[in-house]
Amino acid sequence: MEQKALNTLPPQQHDYEAIAASPEFKSLVKKKNKFLLPITVFFLLFYFTLPFLTSFSTVLNKPAIGDITWVWVFAFAQFIMTWSLCMIYVKKANEFDVESESILKLHNKNEGSDR
Amino acid sequence: MSVLGLFFFAAIVGLTLYVTYWASKRTNSASEFYTAGGGLTGWQNGIAIAGDYLSAASFLGIAGAIALNGFDGFFYSLGYLVAYLVVLYIVAEPLRNLGKYTLADMITARFDQQKIRATAAISTLTIVLFYMIAQLVGAGALIQLLLGIDYWIAVLLVGIMMTTYVLFGGMAATSWVQIIKAVLLMVGTIIISFLVLLKFDFNILKMFSEMKTVTPAGADYLNPGVKYTNGIDTMSMMIALVFGTAGLPHILMRFFTVKDAKTARSSVVYATWIVGIFYILTIFLGFGAAAFVGSEDIIEANAAGNMAAPLLAKALGGDLLMSFVSAVAFATILAVVAGLVLSGASAFAHDIYAQIIKKGQVTEKEQMKAARYASIGVSALSIILALFAQTMNVAFLVSLAFCIAASANLPVIIYTIYWKRFNTTGAVSAMLTGLLSALILVAVSPNVWGPEGTAIFVGDPLFPLTNPAVVSVPAGFIAGYIGSLVSAKADERKYAEVAVKANTGLK
Repeated sequence: MEQKALNTLPPQQHDYEAIAASPEFKSLVKKKNKFLLPITVFFLLFYFTLPFLTSFSTVLNKPAIGDITWVWVFAFAQFIMTWSLCMIYVKKANEFDVESESILKLHNKNEGSDR
Repeated sequence: MSVLGLFFFAAIVGLTLYVTYWASKRTNSASEFYTAGGGLTGWQNGIAIAGDYLSAASFLGIAGAIALNGFDGFFYSLGYLVAYLVVLYIVAEPLRNLGKYTLADMITARFDQQKIRATAAISTLTIVLFYMIAQLVGAGALIQLLLGIDYWIAVLLVGIMMTTYVLFGGMAATSWVQIIKAVLLMVGTIIISFLVLLKFDFNILKMFSEMKTVTPAGADYLNPGVKYTNGIDTMSMMIALVFGTAGLPHILMRFFTVKDAKTARSSVVYATWIVGIFYILTIFLGFGAAAFVGSEDIIEANAAGNMAAPLLAKALGGDLLMSFVSAVAFATILAVVAGLVLSGASAFAHDIYAQIIKKGQVTEKEQMKAARYASIGVSALSIILALFAQTMNVAFLVSLAFCIAASANLPVIIYTIYWKRFNTTGAVSAMLTGLLSALILVAVSPNVWGPEGTAIFVGDPLFPLTNPAVVSVPAGFIAGYIGSLVSAKADERKYAEVAVKANTGLK
């Protein structure tokens, strides 16, 4: 394993404020938040609904399929949700990667022309 | 202990020591020691993360809990699993982009102050210590049962093994021990699940129907409420499980062992699939143990149900499978405690020694030396504490570790990445409030105070819940919010830097 260059070179100075203020970066952050926030709220609500219902009601105790009660079905749905949201995240994150790379490219070009 | 059993144990010890020897030859820098040089691939790190989750508590604990309490045991599986989404959506990538070796690195990427680093390191060390004692006490009791040796010998054995892995092999050895164990554990679990399903003619409906009659709980076995009757306490436990994971130091540390955020992301995906499948299979382990071992025999072997999985292996596959499963359980404990030692040692050697005491002015060699001494220190301290804690109920130590992680670490992680107005006062108050409220509330909870024989001290608990997360997690968030508002304005330039780094991975 070769030694990582990151550990030996002094950190490069970037104009973080300029990038943060650029419209491209702002739009990326906005898009990310628009994706992350609703889904996070959704999966947390979905997750806490199960213990809430089992703690304060017995609606999930009714049989759903044969002797399998609804609580097991709901629990299994949490697995499906976790796997699906995991794959959705990766797909979205790969799109964001492309955008953030183009922001960095643009920034490098600007910094280069300043010197 | 049969010859077969000894063979499996010797094979696992030999294999892991060989891996450590191999790793020791390349572990010659601090970065190698703490993070395996960031050189793990997505799938390797993914299996290792899964391995960190599949601790003895998961394999033995959840199987036993489902066997004895039906659906109530499955709550743990749900909490641990959905916790992955919190890690993936909120924490993983920004953490990888901002940090180097530890959680404190990430927070000080925004607030470069010693007091913040010190607070973060203390909260990490507290979590590691409680988690370690829980694992070691559990390990001691388990190995005592499995091998028929004394408790103190069992604890020392585990202690020496874990110290060896970390001391000589650092993160590379720890990760590969974790990977080997995770694969073996999945193989064992799949074999047992297959045998259980075979007994039920591969008919899930038939399995559920039969479960209604084979346990003392009767038809209620399939419904929640066998064990958890206090609704608020159940909610509180679920809060700690889902938010605690994203603040556990030995899990967070795993994101520094890969080269970039993209690899961190893919490792979480591998881990989510592996762990999800494993947790589905815990149903078969639990049901199988309840049906083919019986709750009486499970409780007789261990009141908490920890022996359910090994006993089931024996009932279905005889001594061969039992020996294999026991050896895997042993490997599981070793791998998890090794990861804990490493995260504790990095908090001490990297944060407290190198950055605070030496102000970052240390050579590579000094860092390595400090890390190794810290590993020995963390190991020795937890071994000694575990020897005294033999009679302690380990469940509450684990719940405390999760609670502190959720209350002290998660609020500060989220604010650091996402909140512009956050500042140093907010960071320190969030961490201290989360840490102290969790500690104090547990100290006055029914885990510690109860009638004769049920808790550590005899008396009435001041706080009614066994798990304080429902209070301490919001307390951490609120303290961070108020602390930030009452003190000087945040440094917006620094936040711009953090936001850019977290979102683009720019160094």
